[in-house]
Amino acid sequence: MNQVCADVEALSVLIAEDGAADRLLLATIVRKQGHQVLTAENGEQAVALFAERRPHVVLLDAMMPVMDGFEAARQIKALAGEALVPIIFLTSLSEEQALVRCLEAGGDDFLAKPYSPVILAAKIKAMDRLRRLQATVLEQRDQIARHHNHLLNEQRVAKAVFDQVAHAGCLSAPNIRYLQSPYALFNGDLLLAAYTPAGDMHVLLGDFTGHGLPAAVGAMPLAEVFYGMTAKGYGLAETLREMNAKLKRILPVDMFCCALLLNLSFQRRVVEVWNGGMPDGYLLPASGGEPQPLVSRHLPLGILAPEQFDDTTEVLPLALGERLFLLSDGVVDTSDENDQLFGVERLRRVLAANRQPALLFEEVLQALDGFRGRSRDDVSLLDIEVVEPQLLSPPPVIYSDSGQSSPLDWSLQFEFRADTLKRFNPLPYLLQLLQEIHGLRAQSGALHSVLTELYSNALEHGVLGLDSALKRDARSFASYYQMRNERLQALSEGFIRVHLRVEPGPRGGRLIIEVEDSGKGFNVSKVLARPVSEQGLCGRGLNLIRRLSRRAEWVDEGRRACVEFAWEALA
Amino acid sequence: MSEIHIDRKVLSDLQEVMEDGYLQLLETFLADSEIRLSQLHGAKNADELAHAAHSFKGSSSNMGAVALAELCRQLEDRVNHGPLQGIEDLINQIDREYAAVRGLYCDERQRVSIG
Repeated sequence: MNQVCADVEALSVLIAEDGAADRLLLATIVRKQGHQVLTAENGEQAVALFAERRPHVVLLDAMMPVMDGFEAARQIKALAGEALVPIIFLTSLSEEQALVRCLEAGGDDFLAKPYSPVILAAKIKAMDRLRRLQATVLEQRDQIARHHNHLLNEQRVAKAVFDQVAHAGCLSAPNIRYLQSPYALFNGDLLLAAYTPAGDMHVLLGDFTGHGLPAAVGAMPLAEVFYGMTAKGYGLAETLREMNAKLKRILPVDMFCCALLLNLSFQRRVVEVWNGGMPDGYLLPASGGEPQPLVSRHLPLGILAPEQFDDTTEVLPLALGERLFLLSDGVVDTSDENDQLFGVERLRRVLAANRQPALLFEEVLQALDGFRGRSRDDVSLLDIEVVEPQLLSPPPVIYSDSGQSSPLDWSLQFEFRADTLKRFNPLPYLLQLLQEIHGLRAQSGALHSVLTELYSNALEHGVLGLDSALKRDARSFASYYQMRNERLQALSEGFIRVHLRVEPGPRGGRLIIEVEDSGKGFNVSKVLARPVSEQGLCGRGLNLIRRLSRRAEWVDEGRRACVEFAWEALA
Repeated sequence: MSEIHIDRKVLSDLQEVMEDGYLQLLETFLADSEIRLSQLHGAKNADELAHAAHSFKGSSSNMGAVALAELCRQLEDRVNHGPLQGIEDLINQIDREYAAVRGLYCDERQRVSIG
């Protein structure tokens, strides 16, 4: 005969049985097993007692007067709601039909007469285990729901902070069209665009590994670097190096950011491209036709150590009306129900077939819908048109200091020699310095453009000895820049001297810039005499420099450029 | 024909379970059974008869009255599935069987009260 075991938890058991002797017997058996017993004579009493005392387990006689066991079971189950109250039917009903009725009414098990205490104990124990399991499940479900809401809320807050950091930049420029999902941040998708001080545009389309908060968290420091350095006039290479180093340092080992960066100069009609792991971008010809892919040639950001990082960019010429089309990997990776990929071929066909630029996004999305059978809301698309620079108006820079502390009478000379020229871009520092001349701030854009042009001329045509005529057409363009990199790597001698002189004048002041290189020089008058259109891609942008400054001349057989800016005193 | 009226093993198990409540159990059963019998005789329709037979079957099997339980099972079966002919005969058999076991339970009751 079973004894009360030490590890049995005392439960409250409801026994509903209309036979008095049977009821007494059962109650005694259950009590001896260590449980607390409630008894009822019929179904109605059973339901009332259940509602009042909420026992853990219910033993129900199938056939009772007033309300039978089946109805009582249904009502008790309804009262129990989500919680599991095991119901064991007491029955000598052996017919299959009758047993089915028991189960349908909500019964969880049967106990046959004559009652076996051993079997009863086993059933109660098993039922109680189920009961506790259900209770645990419900509790955990509620806990999960609470955590889920908590996380959602945190994400909302994170997104609000991020939106401040990674503001839209210049995505609202008239020549830019873009599409980005509201969930982009938490898919790891990033779209940034900003004007450089010279009026060029830096654009970044990125894709962080992972989803949710981990993906979003890397985006913030990246955006800070991008916007900060772009605003200071740093080039793509330096910005890339800084972004890569930062991500490598702060992200865990298995996280990184695929990125495609563009440096668009509408003044010089060139675009510099760096693609690390993103799907091909495309250069779309002005009047339809085969798109030219901007292929990934680098590892994504945050993988390589700074010493191994490759910041080499590709430079392509641009023509008016051409467009740059960038997209995230959601497009090419879309698969249909047979696990076939949408793929690059289908995309290229859509691009080539497009006749109206304004409809390109719709055409791409429609092609995706049709292929997959469902729409996607998590792809990012970007379309930038090459326009005349006058159409774009970068917002004026807001300075935090007034005009009192402006240095007005000084000069400065730098000499950059071969080793430095290889790896250092002095422009951001020089420009930062010139920013201090408050009177010149209104011409900041022109100043940046001119200095950039002078420096690149001095380096490429002067020190590296590259023939500017090589930039005449698109094909030789690529080889020009390849040669530029090769020669720069191999550089062992040469210099560029930069001399800055600021002098006060009667009503304001003037800045004289001299840039001198160790190159062979060039035939100044010949180049200046060429018609403007010919100077387009090749030439040395001499007319641009002349246009933007007050005076510009080349002396010393073209080896030294002297450019002057002037300003009136601020009121 | 030797019938087993009461399974003695069941009785001793019951006494072990019930301990001090054994006497009360015996008395409750005897009182309960009188009610069951009158339900059997007083049944106005098939349902009531089947129900009474079913309940009596249950309680008597719990108490070890094997033959009685078997008779009740037969009655229940006959009511539900037929044939209904000669069913009064079965009820009479139940009466007689109960009379026999009642005596035995009274003896048991006396044995326990004295002991």
